[in-house]
Amino acid sequence: MQSRLLITTIAAVSLAAGVSMAQAPQAPAARPATRPAAAPAYRAPRTADGKPNLNGIWQAMNTANWDIEAHSAAPSPVRDLGATGAIPGGIGVVEGGSIPYLPEALKKKQENQANRLKLDPEVKCYLPGVPRAVYMPYPFQIIQSTKHIMMLHEYAGAVRTIYMAEQVEAPADSWMGWSNGKWDGESLVVDTKGFNDLSWFDRAGNFHSDALHVIERFTPRSADTLNYEATIEDPKTFSKPWKISMPLYRRVEPNAQIMEFRCVEFVEDLMYGHLRKQPASK
Amino acid sequence: MNASVVSGFSRTVIAVSLALSMAGAVAAQSPAYKAPRTPDGQPDLQGFWTNATYTPLERPNGVTKTHYTPEELEAVLKKAAAAETAQTEPGTTADVHYDFSQFGLDRSQSTFVRNLRTSLIVDPPDGKIPPISAEGKRRLAQRAEEQKRLGGRWDSAESNQLDDRCLIMAGPGPPMMDAAYNSNYHIVQTQGFVMILTEMIHDVRVIPLDGRPAPDAKVRQWMGVSRGRWEGDTLVVETTNFNGKNPFRGSTENLKVTERLRRVADDTIEYKFTVEDPAMWTRPWTVESAMRKTVGPIFEHACHEGNFGLYNTLVGARLEEQRAAEDTAKKSSN
Repeated sequence: MQSRLLITTIAAVSLAAGVSMAQAPQAPAARPATRPAAAPAYRAPRTADGKPNLNGIWQAMNTANWDIEAHSAAPSPVRDLGATGAIPGGIGVVEGGSIPYLPEALKKKQENQANRLKLDPEVKCYLPGVPRAVYMPYPFQIIQSTKHIMMLHEYAGAVRTIYMAEQVEAPADSWMGWSNGKWDGESLVVDTKGFNDLSWFDRAGNFHSDALHVIERFTPRSADTLNYEATIEDPKTFSKPWKISMPLYRRVEPNAQIMEFRCVEFVEDLMYGHLRKQPASK
Repeated sequence: MNASVVSGFSRTVIAVSLALSMAGAVAAQSPAYKAPRTPDGQPDLQGFWTNATYTPLERPNGVTKTHYTPEELEAVLKKAAAAETAQTEPGTTADVHYDFSQFGLDRSQSTFVRNLRTSLIVDPPDGKIPPISAEGKRRLAQRAEEQKRLGGRWDSAESNQLDDRCLIMAGPGPPMMDAAYNSNYHIVQTQGFVMILTEMIHDVRVIPLDGRPAPDAKVRQWMGVSRGRWEGDTLVVETTNFNGKNPFRGSTENLKVTERLRRVADDTIEYKFTVEDPAMWTRPWTVESAMRKTVGPIFEHACHEGNFGLYNTLVGARLEEQRAAEDTAKKSSN
């Protein structure tokens, strides 16, 4: 009881500090030793059924889809694309800096990266998996209802159904996994299992096995931003659980909508072109 | 009435389902029914639904009446169910591809929409798609030319059918139509939006209800762009901006679909739509059907990701050509 009171006090203090910073940015506010992230200062508007309202179109604004770990800018993997296909640098979204791969898995990751044009499932328009779907450079829409929360991704029309009421085990392995959700104060907590071993985390070859278990938290941090955190467990691939975090931004432009990105058509020549009937030689 | 019978097609299934669910037939609905409301006050269409049906889009030749009697319908359904399972005769190509009865894919083993109508089309009154316009004839000829240029079905991925390529199937529309199997939908509503997930290739429709206009005509999509509104308890959805690459009974990029969804019973959504496309038909036409409540959940239909069929048929076609060329060479050298 006492510790809860303490956290509330810290949150109140840090909120007050935030306000005073906004008023007088030159005066550095003393930060409490405990990170206030656990007790969010922002209270989201509510849906008609009283839950934090996460409805909207959201998008990450970072380079995690190129590489979730810190990376420097690099030339395009496809020469002809020049600067339009070059890789922008990024400070990384993995907490603690690097992914705790098991030795064999690290070798595979490096092979993946070396052969990414051949092996990255995104190149073939395959479903992105989780958490990659969240930070691909495409928006996704949350449709929030009481029993089900839908996450509808523009990339490949990928869909996630988050079961809020009838929570069940994954009936079979799949690309997007099987998601059960619950509310924890201001946060939507999503527990996803039942993955196949075919999706990647990024274009840098970071990968997982079918033992992947992802626990995500979507927490409103302002009217138009969410904090996104994902804890990743996979004892076949990593020596310990690890975590990524990033903000997500609301697409605020009028009439923003998820566009159709039916990319299967765009990869047919790449995937099947070599099997095209050749004109009979004369 | 989700008859989860796994022992293959049986007459009993049809007879029992008919007896239990004639009340759920499209014609039988209580005018006093008031749809439940979502927390934000919309008529509640949420849940898992199917539009699987044996009722044909067009009235069969030789049938003149608009409705069957319940006894006639029973006979029609038995015949249709038998025809559907007949395609899985051992040794046939269909049997190798899918055994419909074994995996419960055929309509008779799961929920389907029973409809006394002899055709889904209610207008024109003859239950047939209206005549093709002059422009429509020109378009059809153009399409046939294009297909000829692309080549035979197994000459390339691009010359194959849209469903074999995992591009799009009949389910999502719009208009939403029975997809032969897995004709399942999940409707989820939130303030300002209705979302309809189609099981086949996880195609999703996000329908905004805020009165926003359709986007610029340069925006063209396989499923068009949908805008919705509530007219009383009826969800009215207008869809334009099609790309014309997935013709509905010959439709072009000019297609406009107006759908009307109204919950008329706990287990039934009445589903009507009108299609207009002067570039194909001489007049608009209208369908009346329904969606029946079914059990979820809907599983991931990762079609493209597991499309070994397309790859293997292309490999097979090239091998056959190679073998034929070798045979010819052998004959000419003899």
